[in-house]
Amino acid sequence: MTAALHTQDLGKRYRGRWALRGCTLTVPPGRVAGLVGPNGAGKSTLLQLAVGLLRPSAGTVEVLGGPPAHDPEQLARVGYVAQDTPVYAALSVREHLRFGAWLNPRWDNELAGRRIAQLDLDPGQRAGKLSGGQRAQLALTLALAKRPGLLILDEPVASLDPLARREFLRHLMEAVAEHEVSVLLSSHLVTDLERVCDYLIVLAAGHVQVTGEVEQLLATHHRLTGPRRDPAAMPGGQQVIEASHTDRQSTLIVRSEGPIHDPAWTVGQLSLEDVVLAYMGQANCAGQASRSGLEAVR
Amino acid sequence: MIRFTLRQFRASAATAYAAMAVIAIVLAVTGPRLAHYYDAHVVGCQAAGNCNAVTETFLGFYHAVQASLGPVLLVLPALIGIFWGAPLLAHELETGTFRLAWTQSLTRNRWLAVKMGVGGLAAMAAAGLLSLMVTWWFSPLDRWNGNRFTPAMFGERGIVPIGYAAFAFAFGVVGGLLIRRTVPAMAATLVAYLAARLGMTYLVRPHLMTPLRVTTAVLLGGKNGAAPASASTLNPQDWVLASNTINAAGHVIGQDGTITVNGTQGIMFATGPGGVSLAGVGRCPNIPAGTVPGRDPHSSSLLQACITRLGIRQELVYQPISRYWAFQGLELAIFLAAALALAGICFWWVRRRLT
Repeated sequence: MTAALHTQDLGKRYRGRWALRGCTLTVPPGRVAGLVGPNGAGKSTLLQLAVGLLRPSAGTVEVLGGPPAHDPEQLARVGYVAQDTPVYAALSVREHLRFGAWLNPRWDNELAGRRIAQLDLDPGQRAGKLSGGQRAQLALTLALAKRPGLLILDEPVASLDPLARREFLRHLMEAVAEHEVSVLLSSHLVTDLERVCDYLIVLAAGHVQVTGEVEQLLATHHRLTGPRRDPAAMPGGQQVIEASHTDRQSTLIVRSEGPIHDPAWTVGQLSLEDVVLAYMGQANCAGQASRSGLEAVR
Repeated sequence: MIRFTLRQFRASAATAYAAMAVIAIVLAVTGPRLAHYYDAHVVGCQAAGNCNAVTETFLGFYHAVQASLGPVLLVLPALIGIFWGAPLLAHELETGTFRLAWTQSLTRNRWLAVKMGVGGLAAMAAAGLLSLMVTWWFSPLDRWNGNRFTPAMFGERGIVPIGYAAFAFAFGVVGGLLIRRTVPAMAATLVAYLAARLGMTYLVRPHLMTPLRVTTAVLLGGKNGAAPASASTLNPQDWVLASNTINAAGHVIGQDGTITVNGTQGIMFATGPGGVSLAGVGRCPNIPAGTVPGRDPHSSSLLQACITRLGIRQELVYQPISRYWAFQGLELAIFLAAALALAGICFWWVRRRLT
């Protein structure tokens, strides 16, 4: 099956600054993939490249096997909910559904109508008068009723209160289960994604830090606590992501495909958030290291 | 997409067309009366050669309508550019809804083509209809005044308003696209529209076709000592660009049949010990010394003979009224071409730069 998203060395530069660089990743189809990273990590840029709102400065991007936004057919296969869920403030909910029906050949009017009824939205209400949560739900309805093969959501819950957040994600999951659509959604909060995602991409400082199945990530990352030692001296196959030391003790977060046998270590479980934060921290250090390296050269 | 664009456009288009409907009603009521007065009284008095009383009534007919119609047609394209053109893309960019529109199942090119097509056609239709109404309503007055070719009137009649509207709309769209904010784009549109209209009227239009020139004799006896020649030589509807007094070598030495000497305009003769001379030109050897210019009919004819002898003539530079529709067509074509070029920039920008 073709990948939901495949990028090769993808990069985007704005006025000389790289927002995303050297991004190579593959999101398999049928997953709910989470894209997580701090603010300004390049998440929006990556998603906008995937829907064709942006054009790459370097590398290639393919969505469901085709170049993004290349033609109406390709556009019809990808649903997108943009950051801050823009809708036409002057148009009513009903008119938004008409808008969707006019502009999308595979529009599922029955689905759209049912969702609006479930959400208890007044079809005559102007979209500008909706609450943030309702607006996000309307935007999701538009994207879902398009019946896309891949649904891309850019920080859909960032501006919602915790209750609306949970509601939104619950509706999203119901729709995914019902319509077998691949999903790629971004957030700067792991907790949002933890609940719904089975695949994870960690993006920081414009680079992909790690990608993989959530279960796989949890199974292969460990917290090791033991007597102080140099992280560089770890055996092959054990990649140190994060290391912190006291005078006597070292705490390492390592990635290892195999089990850890060294009896000197106490092996601890990691939450998904721990793994993500470790990778973000690593990116941060790498960034600082490269900067100080440059200064040394100067 | 067409239906959706019409839906988005509905409110602003309804406002404009409602205003036009009101104007149409006013004109439909008053226009036939004006035409009737022209047919019943002006035509007759012209034949009789005594029109003073009739003209005053005629030119004062529906004065408020007369005074406001022209400005309405002047302002309409600016309003179209400001309220239809500038927000067309700027509003979508400002509110982020372009992200929603561009991820539906249609390409950006088609999206833009429909938006610009619907808006542009509505703009041209509005200007065309209003101009048609104004041109029709004013036709009896224009026949009397004969001034529809003058810079003040040219843009308020005929087909050129269509071009102005298309240009203002396209400029508004481009401005909104490049500035990405509605209000500054509106201001830029207003400035560009005024600049285009003024530049066209005073810098470009007089030279669209090589003007004709006609020279006539300078005749004594009018204002400042000379009678202007245009009334007699040209069709009163012709557009006179310049009326120069030229000497035998063809150099311009004054305006309107007068000679400019040290900033004073007129036909001035000086009497000195060497006889009579024409100020600013030269001596009049045909006038015997001692003659006092202008004292009697005989001396006047001597002075006239001197002017003729010195080769002083009046030259009129003008565009004949027969070129009126050629000028209308040319100016319409120029503004439509500019609008198309601006639309081209929009497509290029949306496809290449806005990514």
